Amino acid sequence: MTVNGLLQILLYFGIILVITKPLGSYMARVYEGEKTFLSPILRPLEKLIYRLCAVREEDDMRWTTYAIAMLLFSVVGMILTYALLRTQGMINFLGLNPQGFNGSQMTPDLAANTAASFTTNTNWQSYSPEMTVSYFSNMVSLAIHNWMSAATGMAIAIALIRGFSRRSAKGIGNFWVDTVRSTIYILLPIAFVGGIIFIAGGVPQNFLPNQIASTLEGAKQTIAMGPVASQEIIKMLGTNGGGFFNANSAHPFENPSNFINILQIIAIFCIPAGLTYTFGKLVGNTRQGWALFGAMSVMFIAGAVVCNVAEQAGNPFVAKAGVMTAQTKTQPGGNMEGKETRFGIGATTLFATVTTDASCGAVNGMHDSFTPLGGLVPLFNILTGEVIFGGVGAGLYGMLMFAVIGVFIAGLMVGRTPEYIGKKIEKFEVQMSMLATLILAASILGFSALSANTTYPPGTSAQTFDDKHTADEAKLPAMASWNHVNGSSPSNYLGATTNNTNNSGAHGFSEILYMYASSTGNNGSAFAGITANTPHYNTTGMIAMLVGRFLMIIPLLAIAGSLAAKKRVPESSGTFATDSGTFVALLIGVVILINVLTFFPALALGPIVEHFKMALMQPPV
Amino acid sequence: MKQLRSAILLTLFFTVFTGLAFPYSLYAIGKLMPRQANGSLIKNAKGDLIGSELIAQPFSKPEYFHPRPSGTGDLGYGTFDKDHSYAGSSGTNLGPTSDKLINGIHKKTADGKDDPSNFDGIKDLADAYRKENNLAKDALVPADAATRSASGIDPDISPENANLQAPRVAAARHMHLDDVTHLIEENTQQRFIGVFGDPAVNVLRLNLALDKVGKAL
Repeated sequence: MTVNGLLQILLYFGIILVITKPLGSYMARVYEGEKTFLSPILRPLEKLIYRLCAVREEDDMRWTTYAIAMLLFSVVGMILTYALLRTQGMINFLGLNPQGFNGSQMTPDLAANTAASFTTNTNWQSYSPEMTVSYFSNMVSLAIHNWMSAATGMAIAIALIRGFSRRSAKGIGNFWVDTVRSTIYILLPIAFVGGIIFIAGGVPQNFLPNQIASTLEGAKQTIAMGPVASQEIIKMLGTNGGGFFNANSAHPFENPSNFINILQIIAIFCIPAGLTYTFGKLVGNTRQGWALFGAMSVMFIAGAVVCNVAEQAGNPFVAKAGVMTAQTKTQPGGNMEGKETRFGIGATTLFATVTTDASCGAVNGMHDSFTPLGGLVPLFNILTGEVIFGGVGAGLYGMLMFAVIGVFIAGLMVGRTPEYIGKKIEKFEVQMSMLATLILAASILGFSALSANTTYPPGTSAQTFDDKHTADEAKLPAMASWNHVNGSSPSNYLGATTNNTNNSGAHGFSEILYMYASSTGNNGSAFAGITANTPHYNTTGMIAMLVGRFLMIIPLLAIAGSLAAKKRVPESSGTFATDSGTFVALLIGVVILINVLTFFPALALGPIVEHFKMALMQPPV
Repeated sequence: MKQLRSAILLTLFFTVFTGLAFPYSLYAIGKLMPRQANGSLIKNAKGDLIGSELIAQPFSKPEYFHPRPSGTGDLGYGTFDKDHSYAGSSGTNLGPTSDKLINGIHKKTADGKDDPSNFDGIKDLADAYRKENNLAKDALVPADAATRSASGIDPDISPENANLQAPRVAAARHMHLDDVTHLIEENTQQRFIGVFGDPAVNVLRLNLALDKVGKAL
């Protein structure tokens, strides 16, 4: 590993470490309804919102009501987005559709997938944004979810924290209040300042139509425009990841420089890291929060180092073609396919690790072109359930779920009733935690297996992209339309769903596995070679995203409700200390072990076998 | 029912507040920084738009520095003619063991023309780079010179890549190599605070600087 690569990781981590405590205690004050330095401005706004939206601030919700409110908020937003996307062509409100996208590409399956994707904080994009959606759609139909889904995730985390901090309580807080406070006190101020810095750094913010330039050599070039900065900042801060452009944060307009790049990854981690401190503060022992932070940090740094080493080592096939592999002062070396020059190996692998540790899913390099082990790191990060800092809120509640499983396992080993933060962990909590874990694994592995083995129409032999020009659409049975590429004319694709991958062999399987891991984990990054804009992939992906979001949150809210109702048990000499180094090690062990056992066979078929094929220089496929 | 009412009202609030008010506020502030907010566009003396300093444009003439190969669209770099449409931004998304990525596709159609699915692999790109810059057959080429970027419109090349192209550019322009090298240094962006990212040379800015010197001569 290069010295500079390590330095980038450590300096970045140092910045996050410094931010954690001040931001964490600020957030604790916000959720406790205490005064902060922004209250004089924002408190009147907060009260106004409650009045406009018929919210009674003093209401305290049981976990069932909390869950229903959360679901209704998500469903309403999802329906709104679906409707707006489908009618995109009719909306030229304020001139926000200068390219005149008529919406015909937003087929029902694509619009449904996209609506689910943004509602669930996934931001999987089966479409190419600058060629499909208008500015209006980006701002109003899609980016509102960057705020709503982030605020929802933070609210759920706070509700779960209350499960631990409250005693013999009926309620776990008020969903609307938690959501509004997350938005206006936390997301809004940071996004506002960050957005201005982004513009100053070169991220466009305008409503101009695409510009046509005559290049120095006389070619005609399209330069895309749009309100990029306002979407860019919340996309990172809310760990959403849905890009304004197809190339996402690799596009020089989304991420023009290394200054902006480092701000982007700080924006991803700052709230999830801060929430660990908020957790400690609210349960009355900040060491508990630092223990979670410690476990997350170890896994983050390990992943970032492995990814950097693998990418810097490069690809032996490329080295054989006479391309420099070692980094020098004047060129990057390593595997530069699908990476930007300004980011090089170090800043790209750091970004890839951060974006998949968190449920962000923005990318500043193409993960599909990473080396097998370099690509395994993002994939594995997602498969952990994104608990390494994780999504805003989602990372903390996911990690608390593993903590519950961890103390349960520790309890089994020493033969005592497990406790966490003074609450007895009993059958119900463990059942719910395991339920969430198993549902996610079933979704990832089940859908991957399905897509690796499906052919439309069923039973016919596989057709490939090479056959696409000869396929006569009219002769196809109706079922075949399930694997047609949306928006291509003539609609020209059918056959095995494995043909939708951009690579063959093990790497092709990795593309499918990554897609369902990313969808279920609500990440949204991709091995982007896969052609996912077909009814088959849009539909299965949509189900995976909804399962991954809501069948995780509902069991966790049930745990929150059950814990809040419990008494606090006093610590005794036999209590397993969950603010100790032993617990940190146990927690890491549980996260790694559960995921290795669950996903090793699938990973062996994808990145691991590809790694050995590459290392042994087997002929490329 | 009460919750549903709040859900609808709050969604509407988010739509107006975060969907419209927030982007328009930033838009208003962006008016104070028109160059950045409008995409860092560059116009020539006549006021015609010639590109954006953040977006790579294609160069193939020997007197210009060349950007990295592009994986975007048929013509690359978002350029188009009457037969090709704009194709967004993207990399190749080919994996490390892809035959297409390494060896490329070289086929002829039945009538002897080049097959439209032809594709230059990394081997082809490295060979072409050596030939173009008069390098030895076994010379190592910089990692960024024979690979395609993530966006397909990467505005930068590595300093090494620029230095290897410098003799060709200097010869084509009848300039001293030292003068060209000096311009490369002037247009090199170093690591952010000496740590983050990699040094990079902006190709369009460098070529514009060359043209400026050329006109002065």
